[in-house]
Amino acid sequence: MLQETAFTKMKAENEPISGAELMLEALKKEQVEVIFGYPGGAVLPIYDKLYDSKILHILPRHEQGGIHAAEGYSRVTGKPGVVIATSGPGATNIITGLADAMMDSLPLIVFTGQVATGVIGTDAFQEADILGITTPITKYNYQVRSIEDIPRIVKEAFYVATSGRPGPVLIDIPKDIAAGTAKVPEEQEIVLPGYQPTVQPNYLQIRKLTEAVSRAKKPVILAGAGILFAEAYEELKQYAEQQNLPVVHTLLGLGGFPAEHPLFVGLAGMHGCYTANMALYEADLLINIGARFDDRLTGNLQHFAPNATVAHIDIDPAEIGKNVQTHIPVVADAKEALKQLIAQEGKPPVHQEWMDTLNAWKAEYPFFYKEDGRLKPQKVMEMLYEKTKGEAVVVTDVGQHQMWAAQYYKFSKANRWVTSGGLGTMGFGLPASIGAQLASPDSIVLSISGDGGFQMCTQELAVIREQNLPIKIIILNNSSLGMVRQWQEIFYESRFSHSKFSSQPDFVKLADAYGIKGYVIEDEAQAESIFNEVLTNNEPVLLDIRIDPDENVYPMIAPGKGHHEMVGVKP
Amino acid sequence: MKRIITLTVMNRPGVLNRITNLFSKRNYNIESISVGYSEQEGMSRITCVVHVENIGVLEQITKQLNKQIDVIKVMDITEQSIVARELALIKVVSNSSTRNEIYSLIQPFRASVIDVSKDSLVIQLTGESDKIEAFIELIKPYGIKELARTGTTAFLRGTQKPSQAIKPYSIV
Repeated sequence: MLQETAFTKMKAENEPISGAELMLEALKKEQVEVIFGYPGGAVLPIYDKLYDSKILHILPRHEQGGIHAAEGYSRVTGKPGVVIATSGPGATNIITGLADAMMDSLPLIVFTGQVATGVIGTDAFQEADILGITTPITKYNYQVRSIEDIPRIVKEAFYVATSGRPGPVLIDIPKDIAAGTAKVPEEQEIVLPGYQPTVQPNYLQIRKLTEAVSRAKKPVILAGAGILFAEAYEELKQYAEQQNLPVVHTLLGLGGFPAEHPLFVGLAGMHGCYTANMALYEADLLINIGARFDDRLTGNLQHFAPNATVAHIDIDPAEIGKNVQTHIPVVADAKEALKQLIAQEGKPPVHQEWMDTLNAWKAEYPFFYKEDGRLKPQKVMEMLYEKTKGEAVVVTDVGQHQMWAAQYYKFSKANRWVTSGGLGTMGFGLPASIGAQLASPDSIVLSISGDGGFQMCTQELAVIREQNLPIKIIILNNSSLGMVRQWQEIFYESRFSHSKFSSQPDFVKLADAYGIKGYVIEDEAQAESIFNEVLTNNEPVLLDIRIDPDENVYPMIAPGKGHHEMVGVKP
Repeated sequence: MKRIITLTVMNRPGVLNRITNLFSKRNYNIESISVGYSEQEGMSRITCVVHVENIGVLEQITKQLNKQIDVIKVMDITEQSIVARELALIKVVSNSSTRNEIYSLIQPFRASVIDVSKDSLVIQLTGESDKIEAFIELIKPYGIKELARTGTTAFLRGTQKPSQAIKPYSIV
């Protein structure tokens, strides 16, 4: 309580207080539990004050690791992840994470140091125009121009990052502003006349949608991550059950609707299941709730839901009509819209034939793989699902393993699936799992990567050891950049240009160097016994799983093709 | 098609950068942009002239602009009753033999000569973009040494036809 007392005292006596203290005080007010930060010249005044602070500070070994960890934390808690990076290279190292968070609508509060106000614009040491650089990849950004503004800006930043469609907000603090002192300013209200997200749906559109549902013969709900941000999982379930509507998920939406529910159709998109994609293709009413019709979901837009009346519920009006022509637009928070839809108690559609068709497809076209004695990644995923009873937090990197995880790990609850969707950032997985484990200390966290992506942020193993995080690091090792290799095989006549590693590190020794136990797994029997041994204990572990290097992800919608043109749907 | 969009924005640092950035990020074509203070303190007005292929793109532009936190209001005023003006300064080659001829061209356009030197004239012209373009075509043969245009700035006339009552852009 030392710092708080000092602050209260200073406030009472109206003593000047430093910009750095004002910033930390503002973070405390927002109930920030953890900061992912990396010190450096321009943020030294902030770090000096952090020395006495009670907020947990995680020191990644690279700023990119820090911001991905913050993303993982945010994805699991729903709260904004807080990041600090220094000016210049520190700030430019977080760019990938900002772009990733912007694409996947993750709330982040990112502080960057900046050179002192007097030398901004002179190409000073470690200066970068971070406002200019990050304007297109942040929801909003600020440069603090006066110390007194800090509390207001931080408050505003949290509001902007978490309200409406969430996103990253960056606050650039020049060194002299952090070091300088000012009297504690009076608390100010947030005034943002140009930012008023529409939360409540338009009643007429809700009526229109209710009527469309009751008339539909082939309705389907497409549920995206908007369900998770709005915490609308209960409402979604209730509405789907009330109206007897089948539910399809986007990659990022997984967990919003229980995978074992009879109304759940499956994952849609490029590597989604046949039934989900055909449900979208054949539908006469498509109800999109909180998804943005990404191209990896829709395939060729000309063939997307050709016969459907499209309803789109989204808190961001700019998403409606952006990619797909929408007939029933509903600008609203998913939870509020669903509540109103439930309250309508509309007549459920008469669509037994449709439900029978979907169920027949489900039975006929499940995900499949061939067993030929080699260790199959899909089998590994099935085993992980069984061993963790479907209750793990699954964090992935980007590529084949990500698709296999999405296909075979069935999520019964929300906020257990952490993946980089929109930007497709390799290197995301390992650091994001750090944030996920901090956010959910009692959960088993599976950090699933390929051998390529794992090597993009390997240095964060140090943090896992340092913080004693019992993360289960699973490398699906095929000695190649699997998804690139797959595309080269299919679309480039097997000309494997720079997608196969001719030399790989010994991952077990690497883990050992960081004080983490590692195992090589080469067959099912080994997997069985090692999974039993390590998945539930309280220690981090690295599993180098040597999978069949020729395995491809199927089914697949090739680029430029429609949902009805999926390949690899049957053995 | 050409559209005129006016924006009321908070006069915050970097706001113009946000707007122009958005146009390049989303691959929209912008013909001109003009900015200045408005009648409200702390607010600026931006007038953009954009070229769009269809109404869908236009809808996206207005929505994306509206999404910007510093943007208070976006209006597509193209089909309203508006006044739109642009200012151009044109330095034309001229000597004693052509000077009178150029003066005779200036008159119908209600342009004015604001600087004269031995071998050139500076002409100031205000009006809608079409008029300015017509004048430039006319004066080109004499030899244009320098040309500067402000881009269109525009707003609604005080009296609108009732059926055209304008609403800020909204999807619902």
